[in-house]
Amino acid sequence: MEAIVKTIFPFAVVSIGILLAFQGVLMIVAYTVLAERKVLGWMQGRIGPNRVGPWGIAQPFADLFKFIFKEDIVPDKSTKFVYFLAPIVALTCALMPIVVYPFGPAITTIDWSFLPYGLGEGITQLPMTIARIDVGVLYVLGITSVGVYGIALAGWSSNNKYSLMGGLRSSAQMISYELAMGASVIGVVMLAGTLELGGIIAAQSGSMFKWYIIPQFIGFIVFLIAAFAETNRIPFDLPEAETELVAGFHTEYSALKFALFFMAEYVNMFTVSVMIVTLFLGGWYIPGLSLIFEVGSIPYALVSHIGFIGNICAFLFLYIWIRCTLPRFRFDQLMNFGWKFLLPVALANVILTIIVVYFLNR
Amino acid sequence: MATTALFFLFAGFAIACAVSMVYHRNPLYSAISLVGVFIALSCIYITLAAPFIAAVQILIYAGAIMVLVVFVIMLLNLEDDKPLNRLRYLYAVGGGLGLILLVQTFFIFYAVMRAPKQTVDADVTVGKTLSIGTAMYTEYLLPVEIVGILLLMAVIGGVILARRLEQPKLELVVDNELERRGEGEIKDEFRIRL
Repeated sequence: MEAIVKTIFPFAVVSIGILLAFQGVLMIVAYTVLAERKVLGWMQGRIGPNRVGPWGIAQPFADLFKFIFKEDIVPDKSTKFVYFLAPIVALTCALMPIVVYPFGPAITTIDWSFLPYGLGEGITQLPMTIARIDVGVLYVLGITSVGVYGIALAGWSSNNKYSLMGGLRSSAQMISYELAMGASVIGVVMLAGTLELGGIIAAQSGSMFKWYIIPQFIGFIVFLIAAFAETNRIPFDLPEAETELVAGFHTEYSALKFALFFMAEYVNMFTVSVMIVTLFLGGWYIPGLSLIFEVGSIPYALVSHIGFIGNICAFLFLYIWIRCTLPRFRFDQLMNFGWKFLLPVALANVILTIIVVYFLNR
Repeated sequence: MATTALFFLFAGFAIACAVSMVYHRNPLYSAISLVGVFIALSCIYITLAAPFIAAVQILIYAGAIMVLVVFVIMLLNLEDDKPLNRLRYLYAVGGGLGLILLVQTFFIFYAVMRAPKQTVDADVTVGKTLSIGTAMYTEYLLPVEIVGILLLMAVIGGVILARRLEQPKLELVVDNELERRGEGEIKDEFRIRL
């Protein structure tokens, strides 16, 4: 009995954490969709959705029920197995990075050693990260790069020329901008001396002037642009350019399978916003907050957490704002921009950082 | 105990994906199965306390190389593989090589059984970022540099092979125009290099 409880207990605790984090992220994602429709409406002189609930507040749930109860149409000549696999791959790869997000500082709690079998031995802190992986940054980049398969396979298996073109475009775009994105992260990793997201935040804490947006401003701009391309958002939404490709890779998808792609896109937006805030803007750290609340207390963690989520929401708003502002690139412009401008700038930033770090550490 | 269970789970998944990679006639299914093998292997690396190797396995093999392979298969839209009628002796060769591999595997099992038990400290294993970086840039610096130059050569070779070195069309128009005017001798002066 004791052995079974000891084996299952860590899994149970982590599972509860994962459930809570997924719930929170998916709620934010659902309301991002509503916010996008509202903000787009205001910027275009419209009202936006306002029928479901007061101020349209229940619109995401109405959308969800619509997606669930719609007829699920599968193209006759599609490759069935891959056609079903693609949306699953897309959403799984979008959700997996959530486990390494640093949602906030650790909370000092009561001593848990009263639990039976010595389960809570020496545990006095509750971390607000599910898994502190040694290679957090690489993990996030790796999982998001596997997400390309979802889109590429969806385009191929639909047996539709527009889908195939959308899938090919999307994978070419994501592979190209992944390089610039990875290169822009190297500078931050070099300054922080760690690949772990919590460690990068710790290296930036203490003062606002330690935030890596100041020494790594070029890296920040490159990462921001590459993030727009990675998430297939305007001005880089070539995979779903309506005027050319109907709806791109998800032309043949309907009902819940389309909803999975839709959710994956917005969760990816959330992920890159988390990465920007963590790598360049000090994560959950709020300057001067330790003077008001005791470090490790519940209010400190709560305010830090709200600050972190607020930062992310600011970047999500930036996405919507840009969508209203900029027109779409042409595909050759997109490729030239990625390979001939963004990648050399990111590599130059890496070399510059190497030189500066070398002379600082001498 | 949990680690053992996870190992058997991921190892079984890896073997199933490997078998499906070999047996599928459709090249795209084979490629997807290979991605499954890579992901299962990286999960096994994580249970062996080597997170850096696991992340790199996903990032490079599953994320970059196999995407390109899938890309090529999708672009060429390859037909299903047909069973060979000629070259039947290759089956015998393949069977022989497989047998050798099987014997090797059993030899490794045997050697591992006989070896004295060692416990590895999780903090100093070779899979951590710090230990890999330190080893690569101190003890093994020369091999790393050589591999770097080799990869650079491969990149340049790839670019040169992919670029079409045919003469540009513009030049032909200029040549024809000059010949029509009877000024063919001074062709080289007007030649446009692109």
